[in-house]
Amino acid sequence: MGSFDSRVILLAPEDNCVAVAATLAAGTRLLIDGAMVLIERDIGIGHKLARRDIAPGEKILKYGAIIGSATRPIARGAHIHLHNLASDYLPTYTLPPAG
Amino acid sequence: MSTGTFPALRGYPRADGRKGIRNVVVVGYLVECAHHVARHITSRFTDREVHLIGFPGCYPNAYAEKMMQRLCTHPNVGAALLVSLGCESMNKSWLEQQIAASGRPVHTLTIQKTGGTKKTIAAGVEWVQWALDELGGMEPVPMGVDELVIGTTCGGSDGTSGLTANPAVGRAFDALIAAGAACVFEETGELIGCEPHMVQRAVTPELGGEIMRSMEKAARYYATLGYGSFAVGNSDGGLTTIEEKSLGAYAKSGASAISGLVKPGDVPPSGKGGLYLLDVVPDGEVRFGFPNINDNAELAELIACGAHLILFTTGRGSVVGSAISPVIKVCANPETYRAMQDDMDIDAGSILEGRATLEEVGREICDRVVAIGNQVQSKSEELGHQEFILTYKSFEPIGPACLPVSMPFSIGAVR
Repeated sequence: MGSFDSRVILLAPEDNCVAVAATLAAGTRLLIDGAMVLIERDIGIGHKLARRDIAPGEKILKYGAIIGSATRPIARGAHIHLHNLASDYLPTYTLPPAG
Repeated sequence: MSTGTFPALRGYPRADGRKGIRNVVVVGYLVECAHHVARHITSRFTDREVHLIGFPGCYPNAYAEKMMQRLCTHPNVGAALLVSLGCESMNKSWLEQQIAASGRPVHTLTIQKTGGTKKTIAAGVEWVQWALDELGGMEPVPMGVDELVIGTTCGGSDGTSGLTANPAVGRAFDALIAAGAACVFEETGELIGCEPHMVQRAVTPELGGEIMRSMEKAARYYATLGYGSFAVGNSDGGLTTIEEKSLGAYAKSGASAISGLVKPGDVPPSGKGGLYLLDVVPDGEVRFGFPNINDNAELAELIACGAHLILFTTGRGSVVGSAISPVIKVCANPETYRAMQDDMDIDAGSILEGRATLEEVGREICDRVVAIGNQVQSKSEELGHQEFILTYKSFEPIGPACLPVSMPFSIGAVR
């Protein structure tokens, strides 16, 4: 296993995502599993980043457990959220962007 | 009477053997039409322990009657005033008998018989003042942590909840259970995806089967409604799916074995220590809408299960409290804590910033429980939060496999 920046947390060794422990500004560079990645937009505390490249249909693992399936290709270091991850149980309701 | 490493608490003894950490006069409206009068009576006593609860519906509902009975005879309640319009379906004479049988002062005012709004408010204020004077003479007695029922819920969860506040509450639960307290976690709809692990933690295989059936019911119920228990703020805070939210929420339950499955109003046995899952999803066909329309509906159900206080974790920043039982806010997100510290009791986000360990925050939560049990007010209490909501639901009684351990005292007839 490669090393990780202290601003992200790998919650279980088998996980393919990491949790963000501090708000990250766009342009930040940090180490995820031994590779330097560029954060392309602001990421809030508590959000998730891909630990490695993930193919569509692959299960996303956090806490060592499945939290849903990838809906499109996700590159290492990319934000994992509603645009590329869906529940295997129930759809997630969201509001359209304000303004 | 202290238990293990926990100092003693102070409680008000009740006739059923339980003790309360508060001595509240509860004012309960029995239909929305009596809400204004009940609120006016309560508002004359804003700095006293006089709390407003009630049920808005005019149609009969066994769940609502059981909830009102459990709440009005809760150990934190010393006396109850019931306010009826006069034509609603709530069985107020049964409710009054139940409260009187529990040894508490109780009085029912029926607006149609008392002469309308003004006269009922005047009579209610007079009775509440009398009840406060009566309760003012009561002296609290020593109480052990093993006499506590403690609930936990989360509200406004985000991606930090499952990293800090929820596992810290889990550590506190493990310590409190080891000291003999009964601890209750809930919202089966927010545990979807965790069922295989929960089944393994059940003290008997039969209880495991009951837990699995309750989880299947929750998944089916929410699938029919079209959405999981997942709010917009959850996704703004980094949570993407219900199973991700569930895994984080599940950490509140700690690592103890699961001793039983209860439904709203079922009081778990205390004294032996134990972890109980509260099944909040109604039985039968989907009726009356979402199981709990907001966090306060869950607080009311935990309190109806006898919870003396609630550990409430939040990431986005909930401010709510409750009538009857103190709510302790454990804030998961360090940025939220800095923005809303007046509302937060515990800064669990310190874990993410390396300022405290999970163990230390777990211990801090236990210390706060002891303080709240010694008349210290929680932040939401200080700020006057007394939210309350009760809506229509229907449940079947739990089966014998749900509570492998027996109940130590009678808490009135189950309707």
